[in-house]
Amino acid sequence: MSSEITISHVNRVYKDADQNTVEALRDVSLDIRPGEFISVIGPSGCGKTTLLRLIAGLDKPQSGSLKIDGKAIASVDPERGFVFQQGSLFPWLTVKRNIAYGLKARGVYREKKEAIARYIELVGLQGFEHAYPHQISGGMAQRVAIARALINEPKALLLDEPMGALDSFTRAALQDKLLELWKSNGITMVLVTHDIDEAIYLSDRIVIMTPRPGKISEVIEVDLPRPRHRGGSHFLAMRKKILEVFELAQALPQPEYII
Amino acid sequence: MEKQKKGYKRNGIFLLYILLTSAGFGTAVLTNLLVPQNAPVKFRQYILGFSGLQFQIDINDAYRFVLFGLMLIYTSIGIAAWFRKDKRKKYAKNAAFRFALGIALALWDITGTKYQLLPQPFFPGPAQIIEAYLADGAYVIQNTLYSLRLYFVGFSSGVLLGIVTGILIGWFPKVYYWVYPVLKITGVVPAVAWMPFALTMLPTSFTAAVFLIVICAWFPISFLTAQGIQSTPKQNYDAARILGGRQLNLIFHVAIPHAMPDIFTGITTANAMAFTTLVMSEMLGQPGGLGYYINQSKVWSSYYKILAAIVIMAILFSVINFLIGLVQKRLLRWQKGVVR
Repeated sequence: MSSEITISHVNRVYKDADQNTVEALRDVSLDIRPGEFISVIGPSGCGKTTLLRLIAGLDKPQSGSLKIDGKAIASVDPERGFVFQQGSLFPWLTVKRNIAYGLKARGVYREKKEAIARYIELVGLQGFEHAYPHQISGGMAQRVAIARALINEPKALLLDEPMGALDSFTRAALQDKLLELWKSNGITMVLVTHDIDEAIYLSDRIVIMTPRPGKISEVIEVDLPRPRHRGGSHFLAMRKKILEVFELAQALPQPEYII
Repeated sequence: MEKQKKGYKRNGIFLLYILLTSAGFGTAVLTNLLVPQNAPVKFRQYILGFSGLQFQIDINDAYRFVLFGLMLIYTSIGIAAWFRKDKRKKYAKNAAFRFALGIALALWDITGTKYQLLPQPFFPGPAQIIEAYLADGAYVIQNTLYSLRLYFVGFSSGVLLGIVTGILIGWFPKVYYWVYPVLKITGVVPAVAWMPFALTMLPTSFTAAVFLIVICAWFPISFLTAQGIQSTPKQNYDAARILGGRQLNLIFHVAIPHAMPDIFTGITTANAMAFTTLVMSEMLGQPGGLGYYINQSKVWSSYYKILAAIVIMAILFSVINFLIGLVQKRLLRWQKGVVR
């Protein structure tokens, strides 16, 4: 149960607070294969979050098309789960009720409530069912957010820098958790991140985006065998390669100033 | 080195705290018994009947009875705290204040009843205030119930109306555009200013007072509810929508829970205003209620009765605040800092 996502010639322009036009995405095309783990990396302002919101259906492009399994993406759909950066849990609900939210919202709580305990176990949060979000750590909160998204049994999981605010130990543990979930579910994963190591460690392919205007500058196949080693020589070589792509992209459009 | 136990954790010292608490009221009782009566105060006899038994008491007996009651209550709380270690700290902390309360009552007894050092009849002694309850008992209860009924009908409708209006204003931009300015302009007018209209245009004076309490509660509650709804983070809505939530779900399971702390701020503010409106409208045009009782007593210069009504208000409104606090604590328990 996984989705194929087809993005072709998508443009997205918006106005910022000062009424300046910002080209968040220019002519972005990308095919995401079913069951693939794909990462989108780039500096802030490169449009990676915009792209993810378009796939989710939270936003619409000015031109171009986004399709999932051949159908155009019109609006949000529980079939595409979303994990936000942080702070998207409902602070007034306990861990258990946060996870159960999707079942209640879709009106299937009665039939599927046994699943809650299973997903709590899946993300290792037994014993914290009745804690409120402010009472648990950032890493645990993100695991709740992942369980909350997975309980709707989505065919694709969209992750918007879910580990951005975590310390490196928690981050590594959560990355392994994510891989484990991906392997057992086999769903399509789209991860937005600014962490190159994270992208290499997790993904089948890495999409590199550059800002002003936001566009895809390169797609790199990560052909390292799994499980991967964060310190392995292939890993480091891949890292060097990606850094070179960024340097190249940044070297080009240097504005000239005459003083 | 052995860790020093805090004073109230030791049984002997906690016993002293219990004694200190009762000592103040004990002093008040002794003062009443031993200090000679100097001022010409009439000690009427009242007959109290409880299920066939009849007592004849004067107002000093009644006053001492109340003091004994207070002593008994605080001593029992102290004994209960003896066995519940977690309650000891609070009890020990309040001991000094309760002692001072007893001493204050003793001083009041001397200056008010025994010697009448303060100008009369404005400053009666504690025994005379109790006389109001003995002489007017049934009537005081009747007026208290009238106030309570007025408050509950008016305030609960005001809360309901305020929350509903606030949700509509906060959620629908059109409602915000048309209703919010009206609310903002009329909301600053004290509710009692509408009294002449309310009294002439509504069928009974009771409904008129209800109307005044409703509009005084309506403004702060709808204002703060709207604010709470509008300040809901977009990310919460996004998350709810992706998980399958539709509009009604977003209102009832995202916007309203998020607005709940603000709603309670509104309710607390409105509550204080409702007390004022309640008493003022009772004083200005009701056939009953504690405000009416105060007004009536003023005509006869029965200041001890006015003070008696004020004491009831203080207790009644404190109890109402306490109950609202309980509901708030229960509904907003997710804001509490620690897990139990």
